[in-house]
Amino acid sequence: GRRVVFMGDDTWEGLFPKKFFRSYFFPSFNVKDLHTVDDGILQHLYPTVDSGEWDVLIAHFLGVDHCGHKHGPDHPEMAKKLTQMNEMLRSLVDHLGNDTLLLVAGDHGMTETGDHGGDSEKEVNAALFVYSRTPLFGSGPPEEPETIPQVNLVPTMALLLGVPIPYSNIGEVMAELFSGDGDAVSAALQQLSVYHINAKQVDRFLQSYSLVAQDLPAEQLQHLRELFSSAVEEHTQLLAQVQGTTGLPRELESRLGSLIGRFQRYLREARAVCTQSWARFHPLRMAGGCILIASSCLLCYTVSELAASSHSFCRSCLLYPLPWVLVGALLGLAHVFTQKGLDLLLVSSWAAAASQLGFFWHWWGRHPKRARLAGSQPPLASGGLRQRLRAWLGLAFPMGILLFRCGAMFSDSFVVAEARVAPFLLASLVMLLVGKLHWDGRLTVPESPKQQLLGFSSYRREIWYLLCLVAMLLVCVRLSSFFHQCREEIPQCRPSVFLSPLASLRNTRAKNLFYLLCVALLAGLVYAVQSWLRHYGNLNSSDPLVLFVRWGFPLVVLCIACYWAVASSADDSLGKLQELVQVAVVVFPRAVYGLASVGLLLLLCNPLTVFAKDTRESAGSIVTPYLGVPSSEVDFLHVIPQIYKRMQESQRSRLERGSCRATVAAYGLGSVYSAALVIALTLLGFLLMLLHSERLSFAFLLLFVEAFVLLHIHTCARGLAGDAEPFSVPWYAVISWLLAASQFFYSTGHQPIFPAIHWNAAFVGFHLDHSTNLLPAVLVGANTFASHILFAVGCPLLLLWPFVCEMSNSQRKKPKKESREELQEVEERMMEMRLRESPEKFSTALLRLGLKYLFVLGAQLLACVCAAMILRRHLMVWKVFAPKFLFESLGFVVSSICLLLGISLVMRVDCAVSTWFSQLRLR
Amino acid sequence: MREAEIRRLLAANLLCALSIVLAALVPAFFVDGFSVLGTHLTWLCVCSVCVATLNIILHLVLKPSQSPKRSSFAHKISRFLKCCIYFFMSCILFHAIIVLYGAPLIESVTETFLFAVLLSTFTTLQCLCLLGPNIQAWIRVFSKNGAMSIWESSLQITSVCSILGAWFGAFPIPLDWDRPWQVWPISCSLGATFGYMAGLIIAPLWIHWNRKQLTYKSR
Repeated sequence: GRRVVFMGDDTWEGLFPKKFFRSYFFPSFNVKDLHTVDDGILQHLYPTVDSGEWDVLIAHFLGVDHCGHKHGPDHPEMAKKLTQMNEMLRSLVDHLGNDTLLLVAGDHGMTETGDHGGDSEKEVNAALFVYSRTPLFGSGPPEEPETIPQVNLVPTMALLLGVPIPYSNIGEVMAELFSGDGDAVSAALQQLSVYHINAKQVDRFLQSYSLVAQDLPAEQLQHLRELFSSAVEEHTQLLAQVQGTTGLPRELESRLGSLIGRFQRYLREARAVCTQSWARFHPLRMAGGCILIASSCLLCYTVSELAASSHSFCRSCLLYPLPWVLVGALLGLAHVFTQKGLDLLLVSSWAAAASQLGFFWHWWGRHPKRARLAGSQPPLASGGLRQRLRAWLGLAFPMGILLFRCGAMFSDSFVVAEARVAPFLLASLVMLLVGKLHWDGRLTVPESPKQQLLGFSSYRREIWYLLCLVAMLLVCVRLSSFFHQCREEIPQCRPSVFLSPLASLRNTRAKNLFYLLCVALLAGLVYAVQSWLRHYGNLNSSDPLVLFVRWGFPLVVLCIACYWAVASSADDSLGKLQELVQVAVVVFPRAVYGLASVGLLLLLCNPLTVFAKDTRESAGSIVTPYLGVPSSEVDFLHVIPQIYKRMQESQRSRLERGSCRATVAAYGLGSVYSAALVIALTLLGFLLMLLHSERLSFAFLLLFVEAFVLLHIHTCARGLAGDAEPFSVPWYAVISWLLAASQFFYSTGHQPIFPAIHWNAAFVGFHLDHSTNLLPAVLVGANTFASHILFAVGCPLLLLWPFVCEMSNSQRKKPKKESREELQEVEERMMEMRLRESPEKFSTALLRLGLKYLFVLGAQLLACVCAAMILRRHLMVWKVFAPKFLFESLGFVVSSICLLLGISLVMRVDCAVSTWFSQLRLR
Repeated sequence: MREAEIRRLLAANLLCALSIVLAALVPAFFVDGFSVLGTHLTWLCVCSVCVATLNIILHLVLKPSQSPKRSSFAHKISRFLKCCIYFFMSCILFHAIIVLYGAPLIESVTETFLFAVLLSTFTTLQCLCLLGPNIQAWIRVFSKNGAMSIWESSLQITSVCSILGAWFGAFPIPLDWDRPWQVWPISCSLGATFGYMAGLIIAPLWIHWNRKQLTYKSR
């Protein structure tokens, strides 16, 4: 009910909108602007003071702070500013009435450079100046005033104004201001009552706080409680005495004094307890966590390198630490029992640490043996050394980019600008890749002697393909920057128009246009996926999954389109249909959820998209898988003549060769694995698009295109580099894949800050009612980490894609004519079946890929954690580093789970292929 | 022979570096209020023109590459025209790449284009001077063991250094120091310039130290 007048910094407007009786806000953002705020205040200050229409007047002068930031404390500007403030105070004092209290307080000090936000002595100390026309202190002012915590201002001000102390206050009143003008006893009595009120309030707060949160230590609470109750008891006794008799003032005064002391002690201890348990960091635990993450990263790296060398050793290495987990858990339990209370976190971290120790010990124990083994053959060792050196140099460039990325986590500006940093690094990585390939001479045709003579060399033809891909990638990366959300740290940034839902568009024509574009885009995506599958012959069988791809996908698109139509239509235009719309808004998304889950289930049950035509007659014949595209535009309907033809051919071949060789033609066997992954990705993509606002589907299109282009670049670069190891995925591919993932985190309209979360996603398909918190959490999480999910599930494609693309290359050389292939040609078309040739290698390759992915993810997480730990006293920690850390760690969890899902999907396909083969053999 | 050539290279490179320094200092006497940061566009123009003319003059004086066999007047003219077209195309290409790397598309087009011109003078123009409008020779020079003389090695080093410098120049842009040189494209062009100068100085030294290993193929 009091009239609060404010003048100064316009940040207050955001903090307390419409709370002031009257206010004069001035822009405060520009640190270089020393005078706007101050001059504005000075203009209004004296008239307002004189008018008397206020109970509290807050004047927030900002010039000194800005001046400190800009020039530092020892600058002539600062002297000017301080003089101005002095003048202001001097004249303000003349304007004050007799019943006015003037408090001049600084919210912080400054360092030698004029900055603040840390916890150094100079930064956290500021002056407090109290002035009133009427004498405040009974006795003379104290010689050396004590330091007063800032929280004490709150209860003091509240009680002086005659309003209740705010509920969550833990400060202590400044008793000197309550001494009044009477004698010592009455002053003490007044102070006592003030202390009593304050103590009661703090006690109430601590009571209710300890009921909801357990972070205050129990015994200390108990102690406080006792202190409080005894003080209150004595207080009531004393009051009764005072009313009854007017005893010796001297004795009374001393008793009053001691009681005040007890209240003071209570308040101070309460504050100490609170500050201790609230602003508490566990440096030991933080360091421990960092070390755990770092050693996990190291483990991922070593295992991924180790798996290449020897499989069995690797397996033993991985199994060996398992008993150590138990040991670690026991150790953790023992540790926990020495202290009280079971801490699950501690136990699990002990277990993890012990198992990692076990692994490293085991690995180290084996390592010298290997070294000795290598030492027995000196020439090989030196060659190995040189090779290793070269390998290290090759690693340097993708790792350098990763290093830049991790280093960027330590600067708040770079975290703020990460939406631009990730694409920049991705583009650099790809350009570097091309440059390196060129530098190594991989792009040029091996020079003929004649050309060498001239010093000329010409490019291979594939280079144009590669360059086009790179250009496409760069264009995708650039276009994706149109979908960014803004952070408040960059005031000139405008959020992308694509982020707002279509319903918010006023212009009907634009709305319709965008709607049609979005739907066309969905249809195009389905068409692209279907034609890709058809191209690789995965759409020929009549399995439920294939049928789902043929008919379910368009249905899903239809549902999404209907949902968008209903959701984006204007609310009032439909009138009577309102109820129908309400139903439709819920039904269509649910239909999409249902269809997508049916699709995923089908994918799990029978992930094979192979169409087999059995043309054998006798059992025990050799199986030659017929791979790849149907010879003509074979459609499902035209299969019968094909079979006939094939039967003829096999008959003829049998006659010609005189052997019992027959064929089983299996369409799409060469890309079973990728087909399953592509189908899963498309389904997930539909789901995630549904959760985003309509126009972000453009961003998703870009995502799919960019992933596709990245895969092709990877394949192409690998073909050009002539890698000897087809089963290992190079680091640059993994890192670029992850960079793209974080790039699209931003390009789907997200930022690692809480206001940027798309809460709308929780209500897609659920109309404002959630029984549990789980479902909305899943929906919002899926929305936030959409790109993490897609890229992590698609990660195995990095391994599979080069095998898939193998065919198209060989086919260009020999168009069609595939009925009778020589054995060699069959070899050429093995595609993903090459993976099946050596199952050991296949599983190792999958493991290595997963570990590499985890390593890169873990390195990013480690950088984030370290940044949050080291900079925990930084000015921006709660604005930038802590949210970034939270988002990054959640993203890590989501990514690793999805990575596991993707890999297990591949394994599932592998199992299905095995059973399929065994069935063929049995028949 | 080799020593003398390295000395000539060093002298030429030092001249180039000196010209850049002068381009930053001298115009202040003629143009009012000229400074590298304040009137950045002017400086970009001046610097590119200076480096370009000096390079062409040096090329004409020193003649590091052998002169073409046919040297009719018409041939020279066509060569010159080709060079111009190549230079212009490289400017456009650099501009496109810079925009794809995240430079603003519509705002500050002039700045971006002048930056592209600067980069082209540091890289393409040198190629043109040394190798002529002969893409194949360029390709050859920018691959491992592709350089055939110390001039070409120097070309390799300076070009790579200037592009690296421009790349590193992008790093301070997001920082919140509020310095005048953090504005696009000042830090990048400064980075490119410093990279170029560093390349100019490093190249002769590197060649000098590695002169044993550097065995150029004879033509």
